[in-house]
Amino acid sequence: MLLAEVEYARPTSVDDAVRLLGAHDGARPLAGGQTLTNVMKARAAAPDVLVDLNKLEELRAISRSSDGLELGAMVTLAELVRSSEVAEARPILAEVAAKIADVQVRNRGTIGGNICSNDPTNHLPPVVSALGATMTVRGADGERTVPVDEFFLGVYMTAVAPGELLTSITVPAGSGADGFASIPIGRDGTCIVNAAASIADGQARIALGCVAATPVLLTTAPEEAAVREAVRGANLDPPSDVHASAEYRRHLAEIVAVRAVQEAAS
Amino acid sequence: MTEPIRSQLIAVEVNGERHERDVEARRLLVHFLRDDLDLTGTHVGCDTGNCGACTVLVDGVAIKSCMMLAVQADGSSIQTVEGLAPDGELHPLQQAFTSFHALQCGYCTPGMLMSAKHLLDHNPEPTEAEIRRAIQGNICRCTGYVNIVEAIAAAAKGGGA
Repeated sequence: MLLAEVEYARPTSVDDAVRLLGAHDGARPLAGGQTLTNVMKARAAAPDVLVDLNKLEELRAISRSSDGLELGAMVTLAELVRSSEVAEARPILAEVAAKIADVQVRNRGTIGGNICSNDPTNHLPPVVSALGATMTVRGADGERTVPVDEFFLGVYMTAVAPGELLTSITVPAGSGADGFASIPIGRDGTCIVNAAASIADGQARIALGCVAATPVLLTTAPEEAAVREAVRGANLDPPSDVHASAEYRRHLAEIVAVRAVQEAAS
Repeated sequence: MTEPIRSQLIAVEVNGERHERDVEARRLLVHFLRDDLDLTGTHVGCDTGNCGACTVLVDGVAIKSCMMLAVQADGSSIQTVEGLAPDGELHPLQQAFTSFHALQCGYCTPGMLMSAKHLLDHNPEPTEAEIRRAIQGNICRCTGYVNIVEAIAAAAKGGGA
């Protein structure tokens, strides 16, 4: 498919990327392109300028500090899977990244792209929600941090405003008691429903995906009965589609929440 | 280049040969390979990033060339299915696909071969499960995958991939 005409810029610094994003209405960052390219083919998005982030090495770093694990927004899913820092600090990120799509897509697709596209069926928004991540966003006025609870605003919408760029995701150092469960279409396909969980101080923080426009966060005791009660109490109103009715998704949400917490506790 | 442009002169090395072309920013890498360089071994299947028929190696990494812009490949080294047998002698993977009848219509085969090459470059002795995961992004609607998996395993055992 021929794409509509578009302009292209390849900045060599984050500051330059932010300047370009702010200087052109209709400019959009191009990360791995595994979603955006297809959205452009379908004419569902028509950016005027693509600001290619692929030469920004400063967005590809993975580092550990006393604050936890800092992941550059352009870290690819394949890099998450094989990173020794991720494996030591929060292996759930690698475990889930390995479930996304296929080898070729993981080689190009990025953590920042998966999070910022915020398709309700994406894997990583619930994961970073359950882990209590902090997002670093840079704009013309400098840098700000956004707690994950305030980051996801709607379908395909996040707190990253036009002219801004997500630069890194900081995941707090945790006990590693994290889990993920999903009901995908096919072995590693698109999720019908998914859940991520992290247990700390005797409480499970659960984020449910695919059941609302943004991840649904619940905090509860980690026992199965409490988890089921918490999910039922959330009064989920999930969408119905060809893969699952709303009622079935509600049923599955309870099950994947329990499984995610059980994995976290094991 | 830090100001937006509509087209750009790019230089790429494809199967060991250097090419320079002026390409529009909107041009997909797969169209650049097929239409500008006449390397039609790389196929367009679904054009939505699902089927993997357009898989090529960019700097040794398997990617779907319908989801990368040609301008993004500037400065890179690309290998396509044509690069597997530069002197006409079949690559061990191609020989194994022939021996094991790992194709019927053949449309998915270039992508399958490049994904298999990427696997064996990084993991010379894969298990069956690893082979199946490695070609998860390549869809074949004819064979049911059994012969493809056996062919990749045989090429790995032959040690020459």
